[in-house]
Amino acid sequence: MSETIAHEGTDKPVYFDLHEHEHEPGGSTMLGFWIYLMSDCLIFAILFATYGVLASAYAAGPRPDEIFELPLLAVNTAMLLFSSITYGFSMIAMQNHNKQAVLIWLAVTALFGACFVGIELYEFATLIHEGATPERSAFLSAFFTLVATHGLHVSFGILWMVILMVQVGKFGLIADNRRRLMCLSMFWHFLDVIWIGVFTFVYLIRVI
Amino acid sequence: MLGNTDLTRLIFGRLTLESIPYHEPILVATFIAVAIGGGAVLGALTYFRLWGYLWKEWFTSVDHKRIGVMYIVLAIIMLLRGFADAIMMRTQQALAFNGSEGFLPAHHYDQVFTAHGVIMIFFVAMPLIVGIMNIVVPLQIGARDVAFPFLNNFSFWMTAGGVILIMASLFIGEFARTGWLAFPPLADAANSPGVGVDYYIWGLQIAGVGTLLSGVNFLVTIIKMRATGMTMMRMPIFTWTSLCTNILIVASFPVLTAVLALLSLDRYAGTHFFTNDLGGNSMMYFNLIWIWGHPEVYILILPAFGVFSEVTSTFSGKRLFGYTSMVYATVVITILAYLVWLHHFFTMGNGASVNSFFGITTMIISIPTGAKIFNWLFTMYNGRVRFELPMMWTIAFLVTFTLGGMTGVLLAVPPVDFVVHNSLFLVAHFHNVIIGGVLFGMFAAINYWFPKAFGFKLDVFWGKVSFWFWVIGFYFAFMPLYVLGLMGVTRRLRVFHDPSLHIWFIIAAFGAALIAVGIGAFLMQIFVSIRNREKLADTTGDPWDGRTLEWATSSPPPHYNFAFTPVVHSLDTYADMKKRGFERPMEGFRPIHMPKNTGAGVVIAALATICGFALIWYIWWLAALSFVAMLAAVIAHTFNYDRDYYIPADEVAASERAFADTLAARS
Repeated sequence: MSETIAHEGTDKPVYFDLHEHEHEPGGSTMLGFWIYLMSDCLIFAILFATYGVLASAYAAGPRPDEIFELPLLAVNTAMLLFSSITYGFSMIAMQNHNKQAVLIWLAVTALFGACFVGIELYEFATLIHEGATPERSAFLSAFFTLVATHGLHVSFGILWMVILMVQVGKFGLIADNRRRLMCLSMFWHFLDVIWIGVFTFVYLIRVI
Repeated sequence: MLGNTDLTRLIFGRLTLESIPYHEPILVATFIAVAIGGGAVLGALTYFRLWGYLWKEWFTSVDHKRIGVMYIVLAIIMLLRGFADAIMMRTQQALAFNGSEGFLPAHHYDQVFTAHGVIMIFFVAMPLIVGIMNIVVPLQIGARDVAFPFLNNFSFWMTAGGVILIMASLFIGEFARTGWLAFPPLADAANSPGVGVDYYIWGLQIAGVGTLLSGVNFLVTIIKMRATGMTMMRMPIFTWTSLCTNILIVASFPVLTAVLALLSLDRYAGTHFFTNDLGGNSMMYFNLIWIWGHPEVYILILPAFGVFSEVTSTFSGKRLFGYTSMVYATVVITILAYLVWLHHFFTMGNGASVNSFFGITTMIISIPTGAKIFNWLFTMYNGRVRFELPMMWTIAFLVTFTLGGMTGVLLAVPPVDFVVHNSLFLVAHFHNVIIGGVLFGMFAAINYWFPKAFGFKLDVFWGKVSFWFWVIGFYFAFMPLYVLGLMGVTRRLRVFHDPSLHIWFIIAAFGAALIAVGIGAFLMQIFVSIRNREKLADTTGDPWDGRTLEWATSSPPPHYNFAFTPVVHSLDTYADMKKRGFERPMEGFRPIHMPKNTGAGVVIAALATICGFALIWYIWWLAALSFVAMLAAVIAHTFNYDRDYYIPADEVAASERAFADTLAARS
């Protein structure tokens, strides 16, 4: 009865939504994660800016053209770019509800990611061995911090990927897991975009 | 013997018995007082068997209203600590004349002024703002909770973790002696080798994660979860200002995170970002910290502006004058917040043209702010203004903040700033806007929304006592500082040699004593109100004849806020609903989908706090262990897929009928 009062038929407008649809749980996660990524992007922006300011503060120490090895870097960049493509394959498999393919492509992606981190660690080890340590100059401090922050992100991405593989394996491609795969996808591609910035502005520009 | 020392260092890092300041009588007395007070509280909780209740209903709660209350309780506790620091400084400065050294040694005094700033901004003002937003925003937009309820709980506990570290520094080791922004090179490892700056860094980093996550949370909540029909231009002004504040949080706190991370690398890993040697550049720190720091000012003041808008309109019984201009003014302030940071260091060699640019952008901010002031005045004009407590705070704000705004415009003129930079004039200015703006706003908010959160109003008599002591005390405490600043007294001084300054410091100390009475009266107000809660009860859900949706539900609101999501047809929806004689639907209730409580937030934040403590004291094994444990706890939490439940329709119907019955009994 009171329902009719609040409804059309009288001149009073409807003040309560009596037949509300259930909101899909986690419907806001994508937006929230996107905003988080933008805040993360700001952290990188600060590190890029710091690198920009300190990039020529060599303090009579090693200079970029003496320490950067572009061929190694090209391999490394390829690893990360390939991993983005393979993550894309995993998402296509997810759309096709093919759990096995999702898992395989995730594994391939994680492997590429691990290679990337491995090569980066090798590069760092070489630099430190040559005396180009983060303590040597402000330029090297900024360089190591920016590149390692990206590397840490990739490492966490790999950890996340492994956990998601376990969860997809155990619980299947349920809505929760699909949402998580989408989030990790955004994270992974985001790191790719950041790396292109790193590759260009940290390495390439300083060597050519 | 040597092996023994090595082992001790391995286990305890640089934490030794000497780190406990048992040789400082002030700290020992404080510790005894805290221990007795804390012991009494803990004992009472145990005696009345409240731990289980607190854990189940509060600590692990994902209900935005309860989290909001916890934030505010935290803020009030920290207000007492921050104010204790303030009154120590005032006493020290009033005493340290005519050859007297006062009662605080230099290394202690330096910690006190640093802690005062850090605590008041990060652990009083911020939790008050976030707490009020938590209680009010979901209700104002007709939502049942925030977008990410678990993250909300986690954010609170991260803030509490930061508080624990800052408080621990009082009795274990020391706090930073650098001033509240820890500028290098003073904050470098070379110049501040102790644990003080590390407490500062990790306290803020851990709390900062919480703040950033609640920023993301509220942004998504406001964008995605508004009731049907609530377009952007129908959002209540408080929701608008909250939206802008959260945009500022998300766009500025990462900068703080990054710059503190760089400072900690300088201190821990020997890098050279801000050092004086090997290419470091401490101006980077000044720029970066103020790129966060200036928006932070608006993060604090915008929600207060929102509160004043709601209060003015409610207690004038009118629509807010110039709603649209208010929204645009808020947005313009949000944008300008990023274009003024350099005015914090005009004197540090930026050159005339750069200074001019930032001076002008700073002055421009007074235009939208002025528009707001006039909007409030015109809302009151021709209204039937009811001088309830929230309205009293609003009027005190209008006068006080306008004064503080004007001294701000003075400081925005670079040549003037060269004269009064780092003087007590500046100290008076920012206290004038932060106390007169943010704090008065939060007192207005607490008095205004308390009945909504708890179901009874706050006592008026003690509220008025608190109000008058605060306001008069503020003027006594800070007007003398303007005078002193113009006489050339710089900030953060411990002893004085010019006897002609003495009287002003005595007046300021008297003002601080008045404020102390104000704080006491505020606590008394809460105590008396709880005792008289039956008499002060609000059975209508709408004690002030409110205009926005939070007043459309009962006080305190049911767990699910609204049995049916409201449909919005205009600005000031609830005023519109009342005018057109709406009726509450009494049947057709459906089960309501709600998130479950979880202890994961408490656990993860506790591990983060332990990790922070271990990093401060170089206890590397504990740092590693707690970090791994934290990761494990996060991972374990992701394996919990069962996070929600339904409130059965019968239960909803029962509580809605109970509310309808009390309403009927009244009329």
